[in-house]
Amino acid sequence: MSIRNSAFSAAMIALIVLLAFVPLVTNGYQLSLAINIMSYMVLATAWTLFSGPTRYVSLATVAFFGIGAYTVAVLGEELSWPLVLAIAFSIGFALSLIVGLSTLRLSGVYFVIFTFGLAELVRQLVTWYEVNVTRTLGRYIFIDVTHAQIYWQLLALAVIVFISGWLIQRSKLGLALRVIGDDEAVARHVGINTTLAKVVLFAFSASFMTLAGAIMAPRWTYIDPAIAFNPVVSFQVLIMALLGGVHRLYGPVFGVIPLVILFEVLLAKFPNHFSIMVGIAFLLIVYAIPRGIVGLVEGMQFSLHKAKGAKA
Amino acid sequence: MNAPLLSVSGLTRRFGGLVAVDGVTLEVRAGEIVGLLGPNGSGKTTVLNLISGALKADAGSVQLRGRALEKLPAFKIAREGVARTFQLVRVLGSMTCKENVIAGLAFGAKSRWGTEAEQAAHELLVRVGLAARGNVMTSELTYIDQKRLELARALAMQPQLLLLDEWLAGLNPNELRNGIELVRSLRAEGRTILMVEHVMDAIRSLCDRCYVMNAGRKIAEGTPKDVLADPEVIRAYLGDADA
Repeated sequence: MSIRNSAFSAAMIALIVLLAFVPLVTNGYQLSLAINIMSYMVLATAWTLFSGPTRYVSLATVAFFGIGAYTVAVLGEELSWPLVLAIAFSIGFALSLIVGLSTLRLSGVYFVIFTFGLAELVRQLVTWYEVNVTRTLGRYIFIDVTHAQIYWQLLALAVIVFISGWLIQRSKLGLALRVIGDDEAVARHVGINTTLAKVVLFAFSASFMTLAGAIMAPRWTYIDPAIAFNPVVSFQVLIMALLGGVHRLYGPVFGVIPLVILFEVLLAKFPNHFSIMVGIAFLLIVYAIPRGIVGLVEGMQFSLHKAKGAKA
Repeated sequence: MNAPLLSVSGLTRRFGGLVAVDGVTLEVRAGEIVGLLGPNGSGKTTVLNLISGALKADAGSVQLRGRALEKLPAFKIAREGVARTFQLVRVLGSMTCKENVIAGLAFGAKSRWGTEAEQAAHELLVRVGLAARGNVMTSELTYIDQKRLELARALAMQPQLLLLDEWLAGLNPNELRNGIELVRSLRAEGRTILMVEHVMDAIRSLCDRCYVMNAGRKIAEGTPKDVLADPEVIRAYLGDADA
C-alpha cells in the first residue's frame, strides 16, 4: 500500500514537472491553448470540489472568475502582484461567504437559478458602477507578465486545488459533504452542521475560481463586464465537469481537455453558431454519458469484473 | 421514581389550519421502551420530528435530562444524544455500509474517526447482523438489511434516546421476528427507546408503556395491555360501534 502510494506520488510529481516544461517546447498558439486548458482545469476542479459531493449545481462560476479579473484591473498596476492575488482571494472568500450564507438554504433548482442570477447581478452592478461612476465601460490591464508566467501560475494553482481537494476528501468535512449530497435530512440527524459545511466549502471553491480569474486577467489586456462576466463560462465549466465525471476529484480533467479543444475548433469553424453548438454538446453529454467519462470507465470495469466473477 | 430522561410537555404543531400535534405531553424514563401508537395521520411521526428537530414546535417544551431541546437545530439535538431512524428508510445511497455507519460515528458528541471509527463501524455492523456486508454498496441491500443499517448508524451516535419510526413496518413474518429480537437486545443493553409502531405483536412484546394519539391529541397511556383494551383507543382505530 505504501509502495503504491509513494509510486503514485512520484508519478504525480513527474507529471507536474513535465507540465511545467510545456511553455518551453510550445509555440504561441499551443501555449495559449495550454493556458485555456489549465484555466478551465482549475475552474472545473474547483467547481467539482463543492458541487461534486453536495450535488448543488452552481452557475456562479463566472461571477467569482470575473471578480478576480476586475480586482486585477483595478489594483493590478497599484500593488505588487502577490498582494493583488491575496486581495482577490480575500474578496472571493468574503463574497462567497455572504452568498453561501444567504443561498445554501435553498436546494435543487432554486439554488441553480439563484447562482445564475447572482452572476448576472454582479455583472449588472459592475456595469452600473462603471457607467455612472468611472464613466467608461472598459478597463485596460497593462501588467508585465509573459504567457509562460501565466501558465506556471495556473499550474501552481491547479496543484493547490488538487491537494486541497484530496485533503478535504480524506477529512471529516469530505464525508460530511458526501452525506449532505446523499441525504441532507440524514446529515442533520447524525449531527452535521450542514450550513457550516456547505458554506466553508463553497467559499474555498469560489476563492480558487476568483484566483483563476485574477491570474487570467492580464492575458486580455482589455476587459469590460461582458467579457469578464460572460455567462457561457459558467455553463462551459459545468459541461466539462459533467463530461469528466463529478464523483471523482480528477474526473473533470477528462472533460476539460477534449472540450477546450472542441470549443476552440467550434469557435474557429462556426463563430456564428458557437452557442448552439455548445448547447448541442451539452445535450449529447447529459444524455449519452450522465455519469461522465470516469463513471463510464468505472462502470465498464465493474461489469467486466462481474462477468469474470460469473464465469469463474 | 427516577427523573425522566425525556419529558415533552404541551407540544403543539400546526400545518396551516390543521393542528397535527395538539398539546401532547409524555415522558420516557432511562432504560424504558415506550411505544407511540395511533391511527394513520394521528401525529405520531410529527411528534418524533419535533423531538429530533426536523420540525420546530409552535408551542411546548422538549427536555432531555433537563436540557431544553425545542429551540435547537436538528444537528445540535443529535449531538445532545438523540438519534433516529426514518419512517421511509433512509440510507446513504452512494456509500458502502461501513461508510454509512462511520457517518453516524464521526459527527456526534463523542466523535470517532480514522481506524477507531473503522473498528467501531465493524462492531456495529456485527451487532445488527451485517458483519459480512461492510464493503457492499447500500443500494445492493435488501429492505430489512437497509433497516438494520439505519439502526447501526443511529446506534453509532451512542444516543441517550433512540427514536424508531415504524422501524418494524413492512417486514415479512420471519424478518419481523428477527427485528423484534434485535430491538429486545437493545433493551438488554439498557438503551432508552421511543418507538412509533403499528405492529401489535411488537408493541405487546417490547413496550413497557404506550401512549396513544388520535387527531393530534394524546387519548390514552399505560401498559400495552391496558391501552389496547381502552374503549377510546378501540374507537380511534375502528370507529364507533354503531358507525
